[in-house]
Amino acid sequence: MLQNLKQSLIVSLWFVFLTFPLMVIRVNTMDQVVVWRWMNMLWVALASFILSYLWRYMLTRQQMRKAVAEEGGETRSKLQLLLEDMSFRYKAMGVLLLAALIFPQVFDTYQSTIMISALIYVVLGLGLNISVGLAGLLDLGYVAFFGVGAYSYALLNHHFDLGFWITLPIGGIIGCLFGVVLGFPILRLRGDYLAIVTLGFGMIFKVVMENWSSLSFGPSGIANIDKPSFFGMDLSLADSTIYIYYIMIALVIFTILVTNRLKNSRIGRAWIAMREDEIACVAMGIDMARTKLSAYALGAFWAGMVGVLFASKTTFINPASFTFMESAIILSIVVLGGMGSILGVILGAFILILLPEYMRAFSEYRMLAFGAAMVIMMIFRPQGIISNLRQTYQYKGLKGKTNNG
Amino acid sequence: MEYFLELFFGGLTRGSIYALIALGYTMVYGIIQLINFAHGEIYMIGAFVALIVAGVCTIYGLSGISILILAAIIAVIYASAYGYTLEKVAYRPLRGAPRLSPLISAIGMSIFLQNYVLLAQTPDFLPFPRLIPDFAFMEPVAHIIGSPELVILVTTMVTMILLTLLIKKTKVGKAMRATQQDMDMARLVGVNVDRIISLTFIIGSALAAIGGVLVASYIGQVNFYIGFLAGVKAFTAAVLGGIGSIPGAVLGGLVLGWAESFAAGYISSDYEDVFTFGLLVLILTLRPAGILGKARKQKV
Repeated sequence: MLQNLKQSLIVSLWFVFLTFPLMVIRVNTMDQVVVWRWMNMLWVALASFILSYLWRYMLTRQQMRKAVAEEGGETRSKLQLLLEDMSFRYKAMGVLLLAALIFPQVFDTYQSTIMISALIYVVLGLGLNISVGLAGLLDLGYVAFFGVGAYSYALLNHHFDLGFWITLPIGGIIGCLFGVVLGFPILRLRGDYLAIVTLGFGMIFKVVMENWSSLSFGPSGIANIDKPSFFGMDLSLADSTIYIYYIMIALVIFTILVTNRLKNSRIGRAWIAMREDEIACVAMGIDMARTKLSAYALGAFWAGMVGVLFASKTTFINPASFTFMESAIILSIVVLGGMGSILGVILGAFILILLPEYMRAFSEYRMLAFGAAMVIMMIFRPQGIISNLRQTYQYKGLKGKTNNG
Repeated sequence: MEYFLELFFGGLTRGSIYALIALGYTMVYGIIQLINFAHGEIYMIGAFVALIVAGVCTIYGLSGISILILAAIIAVIYASAYGYTLEKVAYRPLRGAPRLSPLISAIGMSIFLQNYVLLAQTPDFLPFPRLIPDFAFMEPVAHIIGSPELVILVTTMVTMILLTLLIKKTKVGKAMRATQQDMDMARLVGVNVDRIISLTFIIGSALAAIGGVLVASYIGQVNFYIGFLAGVKAFTAAVLGGIGSIPGAVLGGLVLGWAESFAAGYISSDYEDVFTFGLLVLILTLRPAGILGKARKQKV
């Protein structure tokens, strides 16, 4: 007890020292004034004292859980056991679908708009999940594909008056093509080199869009993009929001179906094999180039498609929407939710997008909390909210036969 | 020719700053194979602390290059403290976790530190007091290389020589090299690996803070967001030179600095960042382990 107290005191003193110049002194070199905020020192001391207690408690609990896992104890949480129950799964899916369908009827346009952006991130997360979660190719510039989709709709709509429904697949295909083109130079790269090059692609996209004014209209962006048409009818703002919401629901369901099928397909298993061990995977006769490129292309496809929808929802896009922060958020959705797990990614997107939305009252602190949450999550639950379970196969016919023999 | 020389020295100045920050990335990566995404934020905190010290001093009527040195020393102390704490809080509990976990933790820390400075201080750009005087002996060449550039070049060169001596000649340096080569083996022969890792973070952060102070006093303004781009570019420099290799980081920084300077001077300054990353992609496709990096043969 005394030991603990002493330790927390030291931590508290350390943080007081650490935050002293930034929290206590505020200097304005423009107006030549210095403000000393001594009260902040007290708050820092108190907060770090309490937090250090909490931190140590959590760490010891974590250690204990690890010890249990090593002894072969039950490591799956109750939630996971529940999810493995198929009949519960179907019931839950039905309830969720129903809730999703009546959502815009119950809540107002504002809520639907927020929900649309959360759903956009669900699709983005599922797309990135293909390259990061399944194929193990870390992509820090995923937002570029999203931007490519958004810009292709904006430009096609601006110059050629193409409608939403025609451009939706076109956007996906253009995103796909970009995935292949950008995938080529990085076929030989691994791990962190891959991360920095993809980050570079993201930055290049933004810089080019900002400066190539004759194509992209520069930083001022493109305005007055058409909303999706509903059999040629003009919809009011509220109606068109609801309409986009339903399109988005359909797109999410489509994405879930396709990615789920992909995950268990031949190519999906090739991705997982590649993630686990590249050399063994090649030795088994899997074409490395094709597998990698297909992971990029199929991941980028969703980003391109949902980019089209994003442009039609906001009716205005500019390069500022496609920064590295977006890529980081999408990546955190995948990692926080649980890499490779579709349900996890969906949950992750809702938590990461909706929480900050509803915490607008604390809007100043939400990015601070966001960063801290990422760190805490990684330390105390690195496998994500819902960890991915390996597909296992059981031969059901076997049991009866062995009994006879 | 004069224009060429101006760009040459501009690129050299810029590149030596990149190299200084890149060293922190490369040292950390060499030991624990982690992209320390929050390294750019340490650089920013270094610059901010220096701004606060220098600002308080100038407001109370002190000025001159000695204030800059004082500010730099305090900035280095604080940045090292932040680097040390960062490793203890965000990375140490994750040792042995899958590769992506510490990376995400690092991105989270970077966002956290940016917003911490934003909330504790200000979102605006703050002017950094001008503390480097114009040296009289620099008068004849002032149109090619100014006094601030000279200060930057001399400081970075001295810092790098000291770092090389530390790593090559001292016992601690030997322990660092041993840890980099094989962590388990180093532990077996009695190296306190945890302490070496902490020390690496402290040294890397100190270098970043020196870079931060130099850039802040050279460009003349600071805000909470300067760390991001500087961090990304310095990391690019580290990868370019071959991550994990200390001469590689210096070389990568200089190559990047020159490439940017010449591309901006002769082609177009709008697309500066495109050249940076274009160069990166080009070099990595030709040499996937960077200029000086050793391609590791994987054994199965």
